[in-house]
Amino acid sequence: MKRADGRSAGELRPVTIKAGVIPNANGSAMVAMGKTIAVAAVYGPRYLHPRFKQKYDKALLKTIYMMVPFSTNERVRPGPSRRSQEICKVTREALENVVCLEEYPKSVIDVYINIIQANAGTRTAGINAASVALADAGISMKDLVASAAAGKIGDDYVLDLAGKEEEETDCDVPVAYIPGQDKISLLQMDGKLPPEDVEKVIEMAIKGCKEIYEKQKEALRERWAQKGASA
Amino acid sequence: MAELLKNEKDFVVPGEKIVESMDYIPGRNCFRDGNAIKSKKIGVVTITNRVISIIPLNGTYAPKVGDMILGEVIDIQSNGWIVNIGIAHSAYLPLSGIREFIDTTRTQLSSVYNIGDLIYSKISNLNGPDSIHLSMDDVRCRKLRGGRVLDINAAKVPRLIGREGSMIRMIKDKTRCNICVGQNGIIWMDGENQDVALEAIHEIEGRPQQEGLTDKISAMLDSRVKPAQVQTNVTNGIASKSVASGSFDPDSVDSEVGS
Amino acid sequence: MIIRNQYITNMANNNQREDGRQLDQFRQVKVEVNPITNAEGSARVCIGKTDVIVGVKLSVGVPFSDKPDEGVLISNAELSPMSHPSFEPGPPNEASIELARVVDRGIRESHAIDMKKLCIKEGEKVWMVNIDTQVMNHDGNLIDASSFAAAAALKNAKMPHYDEKTEKIDMEKKTGKLPLADLPIAVTVYKIGSKLVVDPTYAEEQASTARLTVSTADDGQIAAIQKGGTEPLSIDEIRECFRLSVERGRDLRKLI
Repeated sequence: MKRADGRSAGELRPVTIKAGVIPNANGSAMVAMGKTIAVAAVYGPRYLHPRFKQKYDKALLKTIYMMVPFSTNERVRPGPSRRSQEICKVTREALENVVCLEEYPKSVIDVYINIIQANAGTRTAGINAASVALADAGISMKDLVASAAAGKIGDDYVLDLAGKEEEETDCDVPVAYIPGQDKISLLQMDGKLPPEDVEKVIEMAIKGCKEIYEKQKEALRERWAQKGASA
Repeated sequence: MAELLKNEKDFVVPGEKIVESMDYIPGRNCFRDGNAIKSKKIGVVTITNRVISIIPLNGTYAPKVGDMILGEVIDIQSNGWIVNIGIAHSAYLPLSGIREFIDTTRTQLSSVYNIGDLIYSKISNLNGPDSIHLSMDDVRCRKLRGGRVLDINAAKVPRLIGREGSMIRMIKDKTRCNICVGQNGIIWMDGENQDVALEAIHEIEGRPQQEGLTDKISAMLDSRVKPAQVQTNVTNGIASKSVASGSFDPDSVDSEVGS
Repeated sequence: MIIRNQYITNMANNNQREDGRQLDQFRQVKVEVNPITNAEGSARVCIGKTDVIVGVKLSVGVPFSDKPDEGVLISNAELSPMSHPSFEPGPPNEASIELARVVDRGIRESHAIDMKKLCIKEGEKVWMVNIDTQVMNHDGNLIDASSFAAAAALKNAKMPHYDEKTEKIDMEKKTGKLPLADLPIAVTVYKIGSKLVVDPTYAEEQASTARLTVSTADDGQIAAIQKGGTEPLSIDEIRECFRLSVERGRDLRKLI
């Protein structure tokens, strides 16, 4: 099967990941999946105000996802939307499990995700960037989180939908995956498909997640491993 | 002994397996997951006997009792001062933490330490994440005047200080600068060759793991530092030289403590 | 930190800066043209560690009733919380609104865009030009970086094709450039201690007491001015600011 951009069914778009792109942040990362570009910056653990929101035994993880106005073909109005609020929530829940929040009681870890160019798969790019940014900040984590979306076009299970594929597909399933536990921390679906097919779509997405995980490790290695520390 | 998946000095990311065996024990920044020992942070593996630890390469400062830190006084309360040390919570310097006796009915606390003052202080007690108590009881503690302040990644401070203080002592000696390094990554310096000292600090912060770092810094300092201005005094026909230097060295045990 | 402000002020009074620059010297300026392909025009400008992206989006809309034959220019700026630890998420505050309006004023008053050429059907349809500034990393001098990025984005913007019959914009088909007459370059001069300084870092901005932004056009004329900060300026100082802005503006202009 040949797709609009020439990829095969199980092929990711070209993925570039770079850690440490925002000098002021404690940790940051840029993830480009094809033309979709997400930048995540992490500040924390830092003081949380108002005080009554502080948790005595762990840190609060705050995730803000935003699309920059010029990121899409039709300009997006700046500010939160219902869609972006929902993505904030599912993104935070995808990451919360792996961050060792108990090590930073009464503080907040702020994760800011900005989509500076959008061409499908923005929430998956956002999670990939946030995960690297958290590790980049030196925050204790049990694992990284990798994310990819998959669908079904005709008879083919298709990985990493791009552009018009979002309309052609029978279903759009973004997945966030924790490699060390072999578990899923984000799962959504738009579409209509029998359960066995959905399982195959999820498997395809996980395959993509595993490839992205390797790139995430490589990005951190590139920034932090130096001569004297062997990779 | 089981075979290590990662060796001493290897770079790891959170979640990476270092060994899959109950023969080893997880140390700092590691955790056990089933049979395996995994890393919690980006860092470098270090193994002592059977304890696997990770030396983190980044992360905000985690206070420990006994640490010397630099902080800025940001508030004055009835019985002490609130000090910003650059982390999620501010530290507190209680009246009981300073050497001099203050009669609070006659003396204003602001005349001892005022808002904006920079102090080199010691962490005396930790009662919880937001209860960091300071004391000025160590001979090295003092208010720092003048000079310049910079901050580096707290994870790099051990490398900047060096084994038993060797690296920082070399920088101070060769540049003839006074330098106070806080474990929280805040650094104060004063003296003639500040820009050279600054360069050395940035080099160590940027590439702490490189081989031969000490020699490289030593060579750089030798080549960049202007020779000391030497005054020759002729007394009784015998010439003696005195070398002009900066103000007192905060780490010299003999210097008198002033506030 | 107060001690840092004092140190920077003392250095400035002695004609020195933390990073060894001259008082009238800019940091290294890097420009990347059209990094965002979904935008009609875009530019990423890095001045030292300051990093901003400006995007230009074009759409068709209704003109203002008092200017029925002119296009509409709307500027917006986002002081993103990702760019500095002191920024909080939320609606635009006075700092981001001022930034947007200063960038806007430079473009509008220098008549950089020929607004009449943006008219499609008088009174009914005109081109709307949206200039959005996104701050990626804040290490001082956001005004100059944003204005410069806006100028570069406008210069390299492509107009999408508008089909009069179907009344549809074809974003895929981009014909020709924006009708630009001039490009304003803003240079902000900051007062630190008793001296005037260009292109401050964030720490230097914190130590400054006043600033004057001057936007100059191609021919050296001044198109827009904005004074900020609480300390007043003398006429001599203002004159010196004009001189510095025109000079540095000319240098920056060569980079677009």
